[in-house]
Amino acid sequence: MNILTGNDLATGDVIWWTGEGWSRHVEDAVDVGDQGESILEAETAARRVNSGYQIAGERDAQGKVRPAHIKDRIRALGPTVRLDLSLKPADPSVGNWVI
Amino acid sequence: MYRYDKYDQAVVDARVDEFRDQTARRLAGQMTEDQFKPLRLKNGLYLQLHAYMLRVAIPYGTLNSTQMRKLAHIARTYDRGYGHFTTRQNIQYHWIKLQDAPDILAELATVEMHAIQTSGESIRNISADQYAGAAADEIEDPRAWAELIRQATTFHPEFSYLPRKFKIALIASPTDRAALRWHDLALRIVRNEAGEPGFEVFAGGGMGRTPFIAYPIRAFCPAEQIFSYIQAVLRVWNSHARRDNIHKQRMKILVHDLGHEEFTRQVEEAFAHILTLGTDFPRAEYERIAAYFAPPPFETGLSEEIDRSDPDFALWVDRQIAPHKAPGYAIVNVSLKRIGGIGGDITAEQMDAVADLAERYSFDDIRVSHAQNLVLPHVRKQDLYAVWQALDAAGLADVNLDLVTDIIACPGLDYCSLANARSIPIAQKIAQRFADPARQLELGELKIKISGCINACGHHHAGHIGILGVDRKGTENYQLLLGGSGAEDTSLAKITGPGFDENGIVDAVEKATDVYLRERTEGERFLDTYRRIGVEPFKEAIYG
Repeated sequence: MNILTGNDLATGDVIWWTGEGWSRHVEDAVDVGDQGESILEAETAARRVNSGYQIAGERDAQGKVRPAHIKDRIRALGPTVRLDLSLKPADPSVGNWVI
Repeated sequence: MYRYDKYDQAVVDARVDEFRDQTARRLAGQMTEDQFKPLRLKNGLYLQLHAYMLRVAIPYGTLNSTQMRKLAHIARTYDRGYGHFTTRQNIQYHWIKLQDAPDILAELATVEMHAIQTSGESIRNISADQYAGAAADEIEDPRAWAELIRQATTFHPEFSYLPRKFKIALIASPTDRAALRWHDLALRIVRNEAGEPGFEVFAGGGMGRTPFIAYPIRAFCPAEQIFSYIQAVLRVWNSHARRDNIHKQRMKILVHDLGHEEFTRQVEEAFAHILTLGTDFPRAEYERIAAYFAPPPFETGLSEEIDRSDPDFALWVDRQIAPHKAPGYAIVNVSLKRIGGIGGDITAEQMDAVADLAERYSFDDIRVSHAQNLVLPHVRKQDLYAVWQALDAAGLADVNLDLVTDIIACPGLDYCSLANARSIPIAQKIAQRFADPARQLELGELKIKISGCINACGHHHAGHIGILGVDRKGTENYQLLLGGSGAEDTSLAKITGPGFDENGIVDAVEKATDVYLRERTEGERFLDTYRRIGVEPFKEAIYG
């Protein structure tokens, strides 16, 4: 599956394309098929995403969307060495999702 | 330390206003990211993995307590309560919002700081010996020259669009604590036979994809001519350098391709011409700047005695204290390498604690080392116990200077968009493996340096043990290097063989230390043993 990511222009937050807008949570990402380029063009022009790009996604064991490459899994979660700053600070096993 | 005059302040304030306008235009859609990116980079603002990252310049690694408290305030107000000191003596904040960046720069300007030329194709922050002005083995304080060079090169039109970044380092001691010859231009203050000050000049050093140790290109440049010489070096590079290939643009490539003899010949030719133009620093200007770096009013008649009755304190003194040029004083090294922590990271509360200590005990003076630690350069020996207690209370009294757990590591894939692999977890695992203080002391000086990609911000080429993280088909893999040095015995580390996974690299490091312990002779450091016996016994232990 192909998913879209980028950063919020004003805050720099990592965001994911949901089909209707942008979410900070990768599990909200949708498969854009071959529409990634046109979506990114429109969303970039509207300043709803900065430095957007398309990546390969996959489903994890629970069926949730997971970036195929470790770099984007770290982007999706937060630094593995500061899980207290991640999007899931209360989940001690969340680092395993990245690796 | 140097203090801004009205011109400095006006320039920095104007730059903040300019960036505030540029940011507003970007947020309003009047500029594209392609248009805005070079402007934000000129102000040290990157877009990294999780957010914008702001790199703040700390010229030659010198801070006062007011500046440190401002850095703490920024960490607390605009970031997530911490900052990260880098291998170029700067500080980075990893969770910055673009909308806040102009306010942060305005806050920095109130304490005579900025983020100018911490990115982009410019002359970057000039780094220096963190013991400058305090070291017992120093010829003179190199920071006056560093400040002059900083002022003369900042916004210099000839150096505004360089082929690539350009890094200068400057020391004034035979002991190299600044990784001197790993810089594009390396300057060491020396004296000639007549006792006159000047510079020994090295050029063409650098790490990254293609590492080179800077070549000696001049044994002695009279101090009053150094800016002409620097201009000559930059002019030769600027006029030759390839701009078509990012991997060929650093000056080290030109020096290597031309040959350092031919490069030197062309520099000397340019130098002879530039000398006639009269662009060197007037003596009065040097003296004006040097006055800012006059030694603080050291007390005389102080005792050299240190009460070592507290054994934990005595251990700290033996490792973290360096000789000071003034009797009764000591240089205090503050470790930012707690076992289980993140090297170079410091919380806002710890910044405030260091600022308080500097103000009370160290003439308001703080230094950042390229090894990502801090220094209180001028502490009375009679105050060491009080300083140690306060550092201990702040979680900053670790005993590991230059030991196996004093690891340099870049932010790596946990933060950096260029990285291929994580660096910090490897540093943490190695530190945990060697956490026993007695084991660390038994191993002695052992500098491990870890980079998460070939750009080598973690100085892996200069590690006694270097580790390079690479991406192997989407999986992190770590190569082991041995034999590097960033000190006065500069050398380039060599890859030992196939790479390892995250746990395998820690085992490989331990096996290398086992070889050292087995083979060392009296007084040998790890690096000395490696140089004497060569790589084969290590390879046999690691891969055999």
